[in-house]
Amino acid sequence: MKHLRPVNKKAHRIDGMITGVDEDVVALQQAQAQRPHVPMGCSLAFSPGWEVDAGGGTAGLCQPVERDVYDCYVTCFWPAQVADHLHNSPDWASKCAVATKDWRKLDMVSP
Amino acid sequence: MNAISSRAYKLGELHPFEGGDRRFIYLVTAGAIFELDGAAGKLIDRLSRAETTHDDLIKELVASGYPEADANELIGEMYRSRVIVSGEVGRTPLAEPPADFPLQTLVMNITNQCNLSCTYCYEFGADKIATPAGKAKYMDLETARASVDFLMKSSADRKGVHITFFGGETLMNFPLLKNVVAYARETGAAHGKMVDFSLTTNATLLTPQIIEFLSVNEIGVTVSMDGPPEMQDKRRVYKNGRGSYATVEPRIRALIANHRTRAITARVTLTDGVTDVIGIYRHLKDDIGFHEVGFAPVTTSAKTSYTISDEDMRNVVKQFHTLADEWLDSALRGMSHGFSNVSDTIGELIQGVNKSHPCGAGLGLVGVGPSGDISPCHRFADADAHSLGNIKDGIDKEKQNDFLSRGHVNAKYDCHTCWARPLCAGGCHHEAFVRYGDTGHANLHYCDWIRDWTNKCLEIYGAISAINPTFLEKFAERKALT
Repeated sequence: MKHLRPVNKKAHRIDGMITGVDEDVVALQQAQAQRPHVPMGCSLAFSPGWEVDAGGGTAGLCQPVERDVYDCYVTCFWPAQVADHLHNSPDWASKCAVATKDWRKLDMVSP
Repeated sequence: MNAISSRAYKLGELHPFEGGDRRFIYLVTAGAIFELDGAAGKLIDRLSRAETTHDDLIKELVASGYPEADANELIGEMYRSRVIVSGEVGRTPLAEPPADFPLQTLVMNITNQCNLSCTYCYEFGADKIATPAGKAKYMDLETARASVDFLMKSSADRKGVHITFFGGETLMNFPLLKNVVAYARETGAAHGKMVDFSLTTNATLLTPQIIEFLSVNEIGVTVSMDGPPEMQDKRRVYKNGRGSYATVEPRIRALIANHRTRAITARVTLTDGVTDVIGIYRHLKDDIGFHEVGFAPVTTSAKTSYTISDEDMRNVVKQFHTLADEWLDSALRGMSHGFSNVSDTIGELIQGVNKSHPCGAGLGLVGVGPSGDISPCHRFADADAHSLGNIKDGIDKEKQNDFLSRGHVNAKYDCHTCWARPLCAGGCHHEAFVRYGDTGHANLHYCDWIRDWTNKCLEIYGAISAINPTFLEKFAERKALT
């Protein structure tokens, strides 16, 4: 940090957390010193739809949010939100050939 | 307009202070201390006048000469560290300590008997809560050993545990104390734990043999003593009313001369007529030779003969400030000073503690009475209404939870808007019970004093961090060893 000098252990921990945030993952809407910004994680496959658009909504995204669920399931693993295709629900999307048409066939998963 | 540009900022919960001609903030939600540079100071001054949106702040900062990127960085830094906040910021309750919090300290009341009759004593005086009738007066070996075993078991994987001997007058059961030290060392070794010992005494029964034992075994000693003869003999008296100064003075000198392995501390209780803090300090530190001297006003319910008047209390606080200034002068010269009321607070400020409870009572520390009854701390020893079980069956979880949930700062509404709560957390459970009849009541009678004192210690901390920061590092290392 430039303007706040941490002078006790707790302040150093806060400094470490903030510096960690600066150098690690940032939200798409967070003000950036450097542009453009390529987010890490799901976006390696660059499928917009997992975040909000520049206006803060989802209407301007190029994929419907329904597709988003499927992408989180297949192309990457998003443990809190979707079924886990790696371990517990490998067949969860087997009846869903085209997500935009067949998304109703994605059933609930009971743990 | 996006979400950030319209975001309105205000100050987070902080306490600003100065030290060594520099500006600091104490971040209350964390217990963190930051020094402000000029830009951060200006931003805080600006927001203390009115809430302002992101865009307006940027415009103002740019107009006053900051490049836009710098202005953004400044705001970002302050926002992410929660020095400034936006929107409705609800109070974030402090987390509960883990349910299986490992025990660290056992205070063993090895006897409830005392050869003195100090008139203000919380164990025997007007405000006593102990109910010792029908219980053992001296702890027996079986109970003592069971207590040590209990500490070993309940301290889980802690590598270091602490046993404090207390009374009554601790040395009236010295044979047991010796046994416990040997037994605890042996069991500690078997459990792979270091056991550290300390005791509190009135010093009347110290002998050369006892002093040698304490020194050889590196047992820390705190002596309850109120100052030079005219103060000591006012209330620290034998049953026949005779003062104890003449008895304790030569014994304490012998203790300090011959016990060289640990610091010897005096603990002074301030009462009506015993408020000459500086005179007491000089006598105990410079004349008698104690390494450290700590003061606390007596715990009383309402008006007793020994309660300190408001005017005298103001005078006490003034003298505390004088000694605190001396403490700072010493620190800036790299020297230690024996006024432990400052040392203890500085130690907590170095860590940045943010307490859920005022102390470890009932959590990392419990007391055991002569009968084996477990209490939240030594001040509740032998008090049936506050018992947390018996050493034979372990801690009664239900009673412990009740004590801890009432004592949690979250439950003390008055504390929720106080900036000093990370260190105070409402103050002593025992004092609260004596004063308000509830261990979970905030000690409202000393709030102003606590805030004044915490601010003083923050100023000292700031000045040292600005002028002689290596002192704080050395101080932290030394604290970690004691």
